[in-house]
Amino acid sequence: MRKGMTAAAIAGVLALTATACGGDGGGSGDSSGRKAAEDPKSVSGSITWWDTSNEAEGPTYDKLVAAFQKEYPKIKVNRTSVSFDQAEQKFKTAAQSGKGAPDVIRTDVGWSAGFANLGYLQPLDGTPALDNAADFLPGPMSTAKWKGETVGVPQVTDTLALLYNKEIFAKAGIAKPPATWDEFIATAKTVKAKTGVTGTQLNPEGYFSLPFLYGEGADMLDVDGKKITVNSAGAVKGMETALKLAQSDVALKPASTDGYVAAQTSFKDGKIAMVINGPWSVSDDYSGKAFQNKDNLGIATIPAGPSGTAAAPIGGHNYSVYRGSKNKDASYLFVKFMASAQSQELTAKEINTLPTRKSAYTPAVTADPAKKAFQQALSVAKSRPVIPGVGDLFVAFDQHYVKVLRGDASPKEGLDALAKEWNSKLLKDYSIG
Amino acid sequence: MSSLILRTRRSFSTHWYAWAMVLPVVVVLGVLIGYPLGRGIYLSFTDANEANMGRTIGDFSVPSTYTFVGLENYWNILSGREGSFYPRLTWTILWTVSCVVLHYGIGLGLAMLLNRRMRGRSLYRVLLVLPWAVPAFVAAFAWKLMYNTDNGVLNALLGKVGVAPVDWLGDPFIQKLSVIAVNTWLGVPFMMVAILGGLQSIPRELHEAAEMDGATPWQRFVHITLPGLRPVSSTIVLLGTIWTFNMFPIIYLVIGQAGGTESEILVTYAYRLAFQGVRDYAGSAAYGIVILSLLLVFSVFYRGMLNRQEAAK
Repeated sequence: MRKGMTAAAIAGVLALTATACGGDGGGSGDSSGRKAAEDPKSVSGSITWWDTSNEAEGPTYDKLVAAFQKEYPKIKVNRTSVSFDQAEQKFKTAAQSGKGAPDVIRTDVGWSAGFANLGYLQPLDGTPALDNAADFLPGPMSTAKWKGETVGVPQVTDTLALLYNKEIFAKAGIAKPPATWDEFIATAKTVKAKTGVTGTQLNPEGYFSLPFLYGEGADMLDVDGKKITVNSAGAVKGMETALKLAQSDVALKPASTDGYVAAQTSFKDGKIAMVINGPWSVSDDYSGKAFQNKDNLGIATIPAGPSGTAAAPIGGHNYSVYRGSKNKDASYLFVKFMASAQSQELTAKEINTLPTRKSAYTPAVTADPAKKAFQQALSVAKSRPVIPGVGDLFVAFDQHYVKVLRGDASPKEGLDALAKEWNSKLLKDYSIG
Repeated sequence: MSSLILRTRRSFSTHWYAWAMVLPVVVVLGVLIGYPLGRGIYLSFTDANEANMGRTIGDFSVPSTYTFVGLENYWNILSGREGSFYPRLTWTILWTVSCVVLHYGIGLGLAMLLNRRMRGRSLYRVLLVLPWAVPAFVAAFAWKLMYNTDNGVLNALLGKVGVAPVDWLGDPFIQKLSVIAVNTWLGVPFMMVAILGGLQSIPRELHEAAEMDGATPWQRFVHITLPGLRPVSSTIVLLGTIWTFNMFPIIYLVIGQAGGTESEILVTYAYRLAFQGVRDYAGSAAYGIVILSLLLVFSVFYRGMLNRQEAAK
């Protein structure tokens, strides 16, 4: 009976997926992409690209899509804007059933491993999509690998840096941005005392607490040793620094809902002097009233911990091709075009993204102080652990981090509880060490 | 057994027309409710998740490797081993009881007011029904904006009278009060309209006779109005309980991910199991079945209680 049921279920699932999947008729991966490699101009059809960029970035990508279509008139690209915080789940649902899945998706570097692990992404080695692979920066390229295969082509990279309001700094008589977290707190105090402007506002998301942990030489996990290290002594110390900052009178209380937006709005409006954020926020900053004059935005490397290490997580996005795509040839050509040095240079100039290709850091790009500052910040950035579902680690992380910042749990309690939760649900084969 | 077949056959031959009439409904319900329910029950006895469910994607295919695990998922939940069930259940019950009490209490009060003759009665009725016309998610976002700590209208009003801003959606306890307030605002109109209908069906002569006999307004309320409302009340309280127990959008949208897990009710938690990380189909299905069973048991018990009360009369 049981066997029959399972068999029926399998048959059902297979029937459902088989009807929804065209692909290349179960052919081997090698046959796809040959047309794109040998005779790109003959490739035709339409493909869908799920783009998770924000509103300020959209028009630039539209421009690139238009340029691509001009070069390949037979291919039509539908750029669908999907909100960043829903895209992961949406893609998983669509990819599993094969219904409504895009051909190309902009994946956050934290999603790649999870998608590839489930077999949703097309390996791109040897296809036209991965063009001149040696040109990519090693950090971003490492996020696109899964079990020795390349499952994405790096689109943009990013890291966190210290953004500050030069005008407020000048009023407070501060000559240079703080280099350590202690100086950061001291600077916030000076700003408050001299100008009355609040120093900063923390973003209560786990991702944004990483610089505090890295500053103490701590990390979330030791993947090689299969250990959860998020509650190590160093991490607790880093968390204490964050708490000291959040509870001080020189920082606005972290907002419990939409903390990111709250901090960003405060900074844009000139209500706070400093914020920790990434290059994706720069265009948004320029739209705020405090930065009508773009020169007023200062960018510095993330502050260091007492050990002298300063590091922020590497983020960014890759282009990935859905394994069940019905038009892989066109998808490869599109990814190749979008990840080319020329396209990367355009987005860097227009919307301040950081290119992933060495050759895209042209003088025109590095002339901009904002990008130069972030490029320097990248030199001290750290990769997050590449394991499937690293994104889910952050769901629990966010919840416990908020609790710590609110004072509902001590840093030690919060991180211990977090380690326990990871261990019981997501990382069962890890030890807490 | 044979008599049953005989009876069925006879009922077919005499009532074939009626059978044909209900057939479409039966088919639609079977497809829309029966199949997913059956599939859910089946999955809850396996260890199915996203990774071991068979799938074919382009040139990549894996067979299903999930196996039958019997009652393990249920044991995980009910023994507390999985760790979140009992705290979630306690809060869910608290949430349901407080919401339904507020819904019914305020709804009854407003219905009594609107049942009087006064000027502008229809206008008040329209205004009070308004929240019911607002989709739950719109209401959730509107309230979320009002609750905003820095820029929300509620804290702005408090600031005007010199009260420090309240962290409506951050503090675990105040958070709970906040969602109950939103849900109350949303749920009162339905109760009010239903009770108003009930009030108007109570014969006026009863009240007049009681007044002649010198009953106080309170006595009239307790002995005429409430018993007269019984058929309506029992139904809407049952409905309200089931709805509130499964009130997904308010909790999920107003608190979002910020609240940690303390303010999640069972349904939002089951949703997270289904849509987080490597999706745990089996675990969330088992959760769903547990929720369904709880509500079934409650409904049966509740109806039984009402029937006993009726019988005791």
